[in-house]
Amino acid sequence: MGKLIGSEIRIEGVSKSFADTQVLKDVSLTIKKGEFFSLLGPSGCGKTTLLRILAGFEQPEQGIVTLDGNDILPLAANERPVNTVFQNYALFPHLSVFENIAFPLRLKKVAAKEIKKRVFDYLDLVQLRGQENKKPHQMSGGQRQRVSIARALISEPKVLLLDEPLSALDAKLRHQLLMDLDLIHDQVGITFVYVTHDQSEALSVSDRVAVMSQGKVLQIGSPIEIYESPADSFVASFIGETNFMEGKVNAVDGRMITIESDKLGPIKVTVDSGHRQGPFVVGDKVRHTIRPEKIRIQTTKPNESADNVINGIVFEVIYSGFQSRIYVDLDNGFRFKIFKQHVQYLEVGHEIKWNEKVYLWWNPDDGYVVEKLV
Amino acid sequence: MKKQAGVWYSLPLFAWVTLFFLIPIGMVLLYSVLSRGNFGGVKAELSLDGFAALGNPAFLKTVGITLLIALVSTVLTILVALPASYYIARTKNNLTLLVLVIIPFWVNFLIRVFAWMAVLGREGFVNDLLRWTGLTQEPIQFLFNIGAVIIVHVYTYLPFAILPLYATIEKFDFGLLEAARDLGADHLTSLKKILLPNIRGGIITAILFTFIPILGSYAISDLVGGKDGYMLGNSIAYYIGKANNWPRASAIAVVLTLITSLGLMVYFLLNRSQQKTLVEEEVK
Repeated sequence: MGKLIGSEIRIEGVSKSFADTQVLKDVSLTIKKGEFFSLLGPSGCGKTTLLRILAGFEQPEQGIVTLDGNDILPLAANERPVNTVFQNYALFPHLSVFENIAFPLRLKKVAAKEIKKRVFDYLDLVQLRGQENKKPHQMSGGQRQRVSIARALISEPKVLLLDEPLSALDAKLRHQLLMDLDLIHDQVGITFVYVTHDQSEALSVSDRVAVMSQGKVLQIGSPIEIYESPADSFVASFIGETNFMEGKVNAVDGRMITIESDKLGPIKVTVDSGHRQGPFVVGDKVRHTIRPEKIRIQTTKPNESADNVINGIVFEVIYSGFQSRIYVDLDNGFRFKIFKQHVQYLEVGHEIKWNEKVYLWWNPDDGYVVEKLV
Repeated sequence: MKKQAGVWYSLPLFAWVTLFFLIPIGMVLLYSVLSRGNFGGVKAELSLDGFAALGNPAFLKTVGITLLIALVSTVLTILVALPASYYIARTKNNLTLLVLVIIPFWVNFLIRVFAWMAVLGREGFVNDLLRWTGLTQEPIQFLFNIGAVIIVHVYTYLPFAILPLYATIEKFDFGLLEAARDLGADHLTSLKKILLPNIRGGIITAILFTFIPILGSYAISDLVGGKDGYMLGNSIAYYIGKANNWPRASAIAVVLTLITSLGLMVYFLLNRSQQKTLVEEEVK
């Protein structure tokens, strides 16, 4: 089984409505050849509809969809070099694993010998050799999804669509299958379009991610770009967790700006020259963020050179082994969320407890201005 | 060994089956090998006279016609019921449609057959329509032949086929058809290769619910069959009611039961071998 060739997908100005609700609003994006691309968003954001348009189950009212420059909208689902892995597996219950995987080849009237060879190749790919005579109902969820992946790949499509393929599996299995999917993607080399509402899935395997909400694409970028420089408040809060702050820029010193607010006092944030929201001038009202894992927490006062030092009282500590989630309240009611990694047992000499006075501080490089407020 | 719980719960069923199935069947078997009473009934003398006449051509013809009517009616019923139940299962107001399927049961069965006589008769609706459109001058004889018997059977047994088919199609995961199309099957192929095998249980039930009752049917052929549409049921009725030949009637009933059981066995065997060929295909 050699490496296959994927397609470049171009989606331009695609809109789609069901009854009165517009589920896709003028969506445009390009997915590169062989890319592992994720469509990420909350349920109802239109990501599944976009996938179904690519598969040929839905027709958009407007817009263009091309594979390597060829318009695919006139093609029926069965005529497109695009196959789908469904959320509920959609295995044919009356057929064995072998026949399920062989199904696309039988339709093409491929010779029996060739079918056998290829089915076993793909059984190897998904590590199910020896299970070929089982019926789907005799297998676990993870195994079924592997069958479904093999069945979708065997006719060597240019694009594999994955519609929340792991959402029916438990957490451990999900991680395992996610890693396997990544390996399979490397092995077959075709374009993967992966729909999910789970940001950790999307971040961990994708080359690029498109974050969608209410029928629109809010941001397209690598997982790091999406996490570290979110396009707006929605992306910042949907991907991971964060602390939002608001204030007015009262000093600009090269890449360093100072944001002043009544509740927090001056906060320093470093902004890149190519910042999405920049450039910033004194007087701009902005919303900025600091991720919970980037806040340091300690019981002694940090030294004078530290920036963005804030003190408060611990409101709650939620211990979860590798980290603790700590909520810290300021006098004025502002609450910070901090993820403290347990890199060292009892780092501050004792466990941080409820009602304890603590200092928070973070590096200006880790702050991010997410939006300019008008 | 663990004591099996609830054995006694099956007592009512056991009593029912014994009283209304085993005993009557036993009596039919017994009567078929006794000799004929002078004024109906049987005499307690063993005799195979009941079976003697079953080899004659007239009787064999009745068997043939009965089988033909039952087969053709069943096939037509299923052919009509399949798309109908598919539609009912996929449409939103399926409750309304199901009620419409059941509504004919509110009218007495014989009255419904008479209604067909009014529709198909010489002065009936169909002939009126044909003459009105000028397609025919003289009324066409639709009634009193095999065709009429088949039409009324299909009409009568349609709900019995639609209901089990609907019940299985309704449970079918239509996402599988989408998956089949995604993998390269056109619409018809996906129905044939994915829908049909997965609703086989419903199809078998529908066939049994139509074929077996039609095989023993009597009233419909009596009313609209004429002498061409004469079935085994009519024959039994004749020997009991008119000819006072209970052994003969019982012998025919035994033959009918045998045909039904044979038919069932052949069907189940075919069914099984079909599953086997599927498996063998996999191995190839």
